[in-house]
Amino acid sequence: MRRIPLAALLGLIFTGAYFAAALFAPLIAPYGMAEVVGDSWEPSSASHWLGTDSIGRDLLSRMIWGGRTTIFVAVCATLLSFGLGSTLGFFAAVKGGWVDQVLSRTVDLMMSIPSLISALVVLSVMPVTLPVLILVMGILDSTRVYRLARAVAVDIAVMDYVEAARLRGEKQAWIIFREILPNALSPLVAEMGLRFIFAVLFISTLSFLGLGVQPPMADWGGIVKENKEGIVYGIPAALIPAFAIASLAISVNLVADWVLNRTSSLKGGRGA
Amino acid sequence: MPETSAPKSVSDSFLDIRNLVIEATSYPPGEPPKDVTLVHGVSLKLEKGKVLGLIGESGAGKSTIGLSSMAYGRGGVRITGGEVFVNGRDIMKIGAGGLRALRGKEVTYVAQSAAAAFNPARPLMEQVIETTLMGGMSRSEAEARAVDLFRQLGLPNPETIGQRFPHQVSGGQLQRVMTAMALCPKPDLVVFDEPTTALDVTTQIDVLAAIKRAIHETGVAALYITHDLAVVAQVSDHIMVLRHGRMVEYGTCAQVIETPHEAYTQALVSVRSIDHTEKAPGADPVLTVQGVTARYKGTHFDVLKNVNVDLPAGQTLAVVGESGSGKSTLARVITGLLPAAQGQITFAGRRLSADLAGRSRDDLRELQMIYQMADVAMNPRQTVETIIGRPLEFYFGLKGEAKRKRVQELLDQIEMGRGFADRYPAELSGGQKQRVCIARALAAKPRLIICDEVTSALDPLVADGILKLLLDLQAQQGVAYLFITHDLATVRAIADRIAVMYKGEVRRYGPKSDVLAPPFDDYTDLLLSSVPEMRLGWLEEVLAHRRMAAAGN
Repeated sequence: MRRIPLAALLGLIFTGAYFAAALFAPLIAPYGMAEVVGDSWEPSSASHWLGTDSIGRDLLSRMIWGGRTTIFVAVCATLLSFGLGSTLGFFAAVKGGWVDQVLSRTVDLMMSIPSLISALVVLSVMPVTLPVLILVMGILDSTRVYRLARAVAVDIAVMDYVEAARLRGEKQAWIIFREILPNALSPLVAEMGLRFIFAVLFISTLSFLGLGVQPPMADWGGIVKENKEGIVYGIPAALIPAFAIASLAISVNLVADWVLNRTSSLKGGRGA
Repeated sequence: MPETSAPKSVSDSFLDIRNLVIEATSYPPGEPPKDVTLVHGVSLKLEKGKVLGLIGESGAGKSTIGLSSMAYGRGGVRITGGEVFVNGRDIMKIGAGGLRALRGKEVTYVAQSAAAAFNPARPLMEQVIETTLMGGMSRSEAEARAVDLFRQLGLPNPETIGQRFPHQVSGGQLQRVMTAMALCPKPDLVVFDEPTTALDVTTQIDVLAAIKRAIHETGVAALYITHDLAVVAQVSDHIMVLRHGRMVEYGTCAQVIETPHEAYTQALVSVRSIDHTEKAPGADPVLTVQGVTARYKGTHFDVLKNVNVDLPAGQTLAVVGESGSGKSTLARVITGLLPAAQGQITFAGRRLSADLAGRSRDDLRELQMIYQMADVAMNPRQTVETIIGRPLEFYFGLKGEAKRKRVQELLDQIEMGRGFADRYPAELSGGQKQRVCIARALAAKPRLIICDEVTSALDPLVADGILKLLLDLQAQQGVAYLFITHDLATVRAIADRIAVMYKGEVRRYGPKSDVLAPPFDDYTDLLLSSVPEMRLGWLEEVLAHRRMAAAGN
């Protein structure tokens, strides 16, 4: 019964590979992040597996270092958005009344502005550093998580077992984290896989527009930006990060689906 | 019966099921799917104009057998063996086209929950005559027949009720409209699947009488499926008792009710035989409710009107009434979930604050509650040990080994024993779930437990076990119960005092012997006389003698 389905296994392998590469970038990357080692846009060779980029840096090393930044920012932003969004969403659902109104209408207000535009506005006046990026992305994304968490929790909060906990005199924290959270976890985990990928796309978009990760630091969106002129000359360097983003997206969601299946069992995974 | 009645020619028994075997596939994760047999070779025969009652607990296979008369298996259930003859032909062999001609024309079906079975977006008449029109009758003819049936079934305004939508009629009326729908295409057989189970007792009796009359006037054959032997005794000619997909006993109605042969049938017949002698009202009241009036936010009428009751320590106060009478609201007011607008509640000598936030931890601990639906009263993600252990940890600070030991003690008290502590609620049966809820309430060492319809979702034999357990626990620990129910048989079994509620008021209140002794007011009389009794001819007797109509009629 501990057998992992093939799709989940594939997802686990790819996701694991990307995260491992990100984690051990200094050990794996053949060259330094900003080291110029050859001519611009050299084709792939034994010394440069993926060739070189627009100013002659090793593309494989750039990809590994860039993956480290992209994945780090996306993970932090996703964790922040889930921590913030689900806690506030559960709180609004449990409290109800004006607390719910104030929180929900504030979130509505934030969601009425496209998140890319609000991010561009904020980042154009703030110094663009990694913590600021993470904070901006996390807070903007938490509005989506808030809506989901609140919707799920409103249904759970009226169950008899939550009422029983209230009658026992339990504090809000117990009701939110011990009664509601375990029952809301399945949809949240599924959403988390999706949100992580949106975060990857978001940071890549920002970097592509020049308001994300700043050079000479590498990240996947930045690599596309630096190499986009090459496409005109038939040089595929800009497509490599795109492929990385796509394959990461698919594999993370394969894992999320599998986790969803495992956690939706009501019998502690001991069979139907 | 097939053994006793010599095999006749097919024509005179309209429905003839022979050695029916029904299987389903279950898919335990991680294990290979396996086939489970639900019905093991059941045979039955039904003649035209006769009513056969199928009776058994949940999981006995009664609905599955009923639906096989339409060659239908619900939820992936497969009919794998045996033959089903309807009007002389084996319907297992007539193919999809033949089944379409059969279903809704020769055989029709009345579901348990009419509210869930009607399309809320279309008027009743459209739905009642839908299959009749497909059968080739003209619209005006079909409507005339439907109106005729509405009248036969005793529905108010038979000419115009068809224009209403499902939410515009009461539950009892909707169930009768559904019966009209089933009878409209002039079927030869109607399958009634627990048609009155979801109704109040006072409404059930009207629906039951209407169904019985309609069956006799139209002369159809019927399969009547229920778990309530007293109900089936009123309408059927023959009764078949089922258990675990096998026939236990078959006979005429009188024989099964009066002289049951099998031990299991005897247990079903003698259910609710708990003897409970009323305790003297001398003891100090643990709970006093004085002049309580309450209404829900945003409404303009009182759900409770000047309610006065009290409950002596270690005794049981039963609050009875039909749905909407305010009995569950009374529980919400006492627990503080709905603060009372007026009046006061005294508990163990202390005056309770109206709202939950103002109550001390001891107030909360000593007043526990058990719910109707044990499924949703326990967090499905917590093990039994967490569920029972949390009040121990929360109120008494028990941890680790001490907590585990106490949880096991409580499990022993509710007669569940070892091996349950690390199970999840989904791994327990209905009766076990309710027992765990009782243990959770007991863990707090309460003085009073509010029991909100705790047995109404359970099979009769299981419910009986729960009531006996509650009485034993009361004898041992002196805990008082406020018992909310609409089932007067339960009340007779366990109450010391009774409050009869009607439209938010207490109509009759006092010791059990006084409340259940004549002279009655009209409402109490209606309520008492509506409890089905397990004897033939009871239904006609009651209808002839009662003094007021049910509110839901």
